Amino acid sequence: MVQRPGGRLAWRVGRLAEIHDETPTARTLVLDVPGWPGHAAGQHVDVRLTADDGYRATRTYSLATPADGERVAITVQRVPGGEVSPYLTEVFGVGDPVEVRGPVGGWFVWRPTAADPVLLLAGGAGIVPLMAMIRARRQAGSRAPFKLIYSVRTPEDVYYAGELRRPEAGLDVTVVHTRKGPVDRPGEPHRIGVADVNTAGWPAEFSPQCFVCGPTGFVETVANILVALGHDPRRVKTERFGPSGS
Amino acid sequence: MTELFEDGNVLAGPAGEIFAVDITGATTRCVGCGRADVVAALRVYPHAPGLVARCPGCDAVVVKLVRGPDAAWLDLTGTSSLRIPLPEA
Repeated sequence: MVQRPGGRLAWRVGRLAEIHDETPTARTLVLDVPGWPGHAAGQHVDVRLTADDGYRATRTYSLATPADGERVAITVQRVPGGEVSPYLTEVFGVGDPVEVRGPVGGWFVWRPTAADPVLLLAGGAGIVPLMAMIRARRQAGSRAPFKLIYSVRTPEDVYYAGELRRPEAGLDVTVVHTRKGPVDRPGEPHRIGVADVNTAGWPAEFSPQCFVCGPTGFVETVANILVALGHDPRRVKTERFGPSGS
Repeated sequence: MTELFEDGNVLAGPAGEIFAVDITGATTRCVGCGRADVVAALRVYPHAPGLVARCPGCDAVVVKLVRGPDAAWLDLTGTSSLRIPLPEA
């Protein structure tokens, strides 16, 4: 349960403070949002753009970092022909304002007070809320053991690559490549399957909390694999992207 | 990949304009088939006028939310109950 400290949601004006490029088509935007009430890892923020003629477009993004005062971060994948993402990834500059409201969502959330094992399964840009959980674990000094299975097309599509490569006690990272693997590692590129989840995940007997985030096909496949491997469906939380990630 | 629907997590913002607590973690019961789901797991079709959330079991419409310029319409015809987690009274 997430109680909203300020009562009902309101739009606030944030300003872009920092830009970090993650891949050639994805960019992390760090915003300063005066009055931001804080959030939990896995929660979202709504971002609203208004054109000169008054036309408005709103998108929901996962927060990429745990609570840090009035700073919030999102990672935006550029979708060619999209209404919002080309602006946010190509035009939106440091100091520019943007309307945001949040945090929103209280279901797909990990709290550092939980000590049970965690299995994170990301498909592509679905890594963003799961990265917030990994960072929240680090920020809180949590000892909850984490495993991440991250499915990407090619090594160049990995978000937060440097951070995920760094060894971290209690966090195992496995990357599955669907189109092209790294040159120095054998193994055919493939879509995530039972063997990947079985080998790199936790056994169902450990009753991990499972968080699955990615495109619908990925989420359905992985959620079915987890249940087939004996995981309690109530311990499997999913979040899927639809077409509005544009 | 393009899909026609998203999941109930996208209701969080629009519903947050109305409710003081998050409802995406609330449990709904579908009038059509009796299945219980968390709101976050419903299938939401955002390209209808407003947001249409359907039951993942039988595809019946469970919740509709339309935001107009000066009001919101919330249609709960398809849910027989909503169990909303709250802090201890």
